[in-house]
Amino acid sequence: MDDIAEELRRFLLAEFLPGESAANLRDDTPLRTGGILDSVSTLKLVSFVEQRFAIEVEAHEAGVEHFDRIADIAALIRRKQGR
Amino acid sequence: MERSGSAAGAAAQSLCDLLEAAARRHGERVAVVAPDGSSLTYAELEARAAAIAGFLRARGVQPGDRVGFCLPKGTASVAVLFGAMKARAAYVPVDWHGPAARNATIHRAADVAALFLGEARADVLREWPSDALPKTLVRVPMGRTGSAGAHATVVHPFPDGAQEFEAALRHAPLAPDGAGPRRRDDLAYLLFTSGSTGVPKGVALTQENALSFVDWGSEVFAPTCDDRFSSHAPFHFDLSVFDLFVALKHGATLFLIGEELGKEPKGLARFIAEKRLTIWYSTPSALALLAEFGNLPALDLSALRHVLFAGEVFPVKTLRRLTELLPAPAYWNLYGPTETNVCTFARIPLPIAADRTEPFPIGPLCSHCEGLLLDDAGAPVAAGEEGRLHIAGPALFRGYFGRQDLDAKCFHERDGKRWYDTGDVVREEPGLGFRYLGRRDRMVKRRGYRIELGEVEAALQRHPELREAAVVALPDPAAGVRIDAHLAPVGAPLSLIALKRYCAEQLPAAMSPDRFHFHAALPRTSTAKVDYPALLRASAAASP
Repeated sequence: MDDIAEELRRFLLAEFLPGESAANLRDDTPLRTGGILDSVSTLKLVSFVEQRFAIEVEAHEAGVEHFDRIADIAALIRRKQGR
Repeated sequence: MERSGSAAGAAAQSLCDLLEAAARRHGERVAVVAPDGSSLTYAELEARAAAIAGFLRARGVQPGDRVGFCLPKGTASVAVLFGAMKARAAYVPVDWHGPAARNATIHRAADVAALFLGEARADVLREWPSDALPKTLVRVPMGRTGSAGAHATVVHPFPDGAQEFEAALRHAPLAPDGAGPRRRDDLAYLLFTSGSTGVPKGVALTQENALSFVDWGSEVFAPTCDDRFSSHAPFHFDLSVFDLFVALKHGATLFLIGEELGKEPKGLARFIAEKRLTIWYSTPSALALLAEFGNLPALDLSALRHVLFAGEVFPVKTLRRLTELLPAPAYWNLYGPTETNVCTFARIPLPIAADRTEPFPIGPLCSHCEGLLLDDAGAPVAAGEEGRLHIAGPALFRGYFGRQDLDAKCFHERDGKRWYDTGDVVREEPGLGFRYLGRRDRMVKRRGYRIELGEVEAALQRHPELREAAVVALPDPAAGVRIDAHLAPVGAPLSLIALKRYCAEQLPAAMSPDRFHFHAALPRTSTAKVDYPALLRASAAASP
């Protein structure tokens, strides 16, 4: 079980998908190109990631190419934490 | 009708005349800086536009034709839009990040003779019948145009016979008068906005419309060739008309901001500081994000002299915060529908009192606009009474492209003039100009975009698993306006994720509903119409 991915999933469900079943939000569900996150909710997610995981996300890392799926975001966090 | 202005402005017949005059005066100065850092001087931009115009003419594009493009912000898109106008055709921009089906609908409705398509968006071509593709289809490689964004991995083949952008750029330039004499009543561009029945409508604007607005902007903001303009709005959004043509008329430098940076306030604030931008124009939404997330106190934004905003009401609390963080520039509230571009404006008096909650007035009429307040029966209202704002003058658009049925509803003849009914209800206040009060129809503004709730409904009603769909808009303390969808599904309630993805495929991001409510059946009035007041109450009751 991937703790980081699970934590991201819990945050996304609570903040942006109230009532949605966790099983529908998969690690590869497109968040931004799939219409789940808009520009403001993306900023909220970035803020959450930076605070919760004590990392800084650079602008180019938050681009839609690298920041569209839970799996990509979890990988970014692990890389930043040096794990 | 001809107003005083600079000599070049008064003589201009076309926005192309402004670029050509600037290229003669400022040929070596930088005209445009793209998001990837590449740039074009005035001489280079002029040469590229002339080559594209020559290419289009050689392909049979005639004056009055439409030339579409679906490109990210970049030097290519600026060269294409000037190239189209040099051939006396109108340019038709669409949202690079918009749904392929909607973009194809727009370019088909505009009946484009040529289409410039970024290769990463070739998925748009699937939405065209293969025997009805535009006569000229130009593939624009992504290296030229900047980031492919979300479409990086989605590349479909272009059909045989597609042209290469490089070949268009290498084409012999169109001779200055090669498309016949330019006229102020030539069509300059079509900007498509949300339509209430679900089909976007094309606002047809002439060179006269654009030039009268550019002259007004030049008069009020007195730009010089040392100014450094932001270009935050995408080109299918009418705010871009100010950025592009006011900047380039004066030999200033235009800094194109790509959509990704445009939504990333920390990076955007740094960009404004590093590029020492002097004139900024955007929606209040973008400025609100800068104030909240931009880390402005840590940056030197002292070069900024004008901050302009338009497209929606700026919540006073956020505007006060912004002006406290950045007190030096002059702040301007601009108002006007795409059909007239800006028609009223007001400078915001600073400082803003701490207890003020009332939004600022939209101000008096611009010098090139005439206004009239009429009641619902079409009679002028008494001084100080509320009425629908009607606009006349050289700013007034020609009509909705190919939709005379819509023209009949919005134009009125009065005193020998043609008036456009903005649909906006205002009141005139002595010394302050107009105060915006609201609308009586189902159009709302969000993030500067005009949204017909009927278009959102039509998209949801096309969903095979929904039996009924209706949407309502209600005020939201953070976002300004919230859109709630009320749905009666055929079977079980749909997954939120699936619904959001469906909306992303059908609608521009700003039009997607924020919340979804499920009903066994939608509430109806005694006359069997959808009971919107009941839906609004249900939405309000479900608010946190």
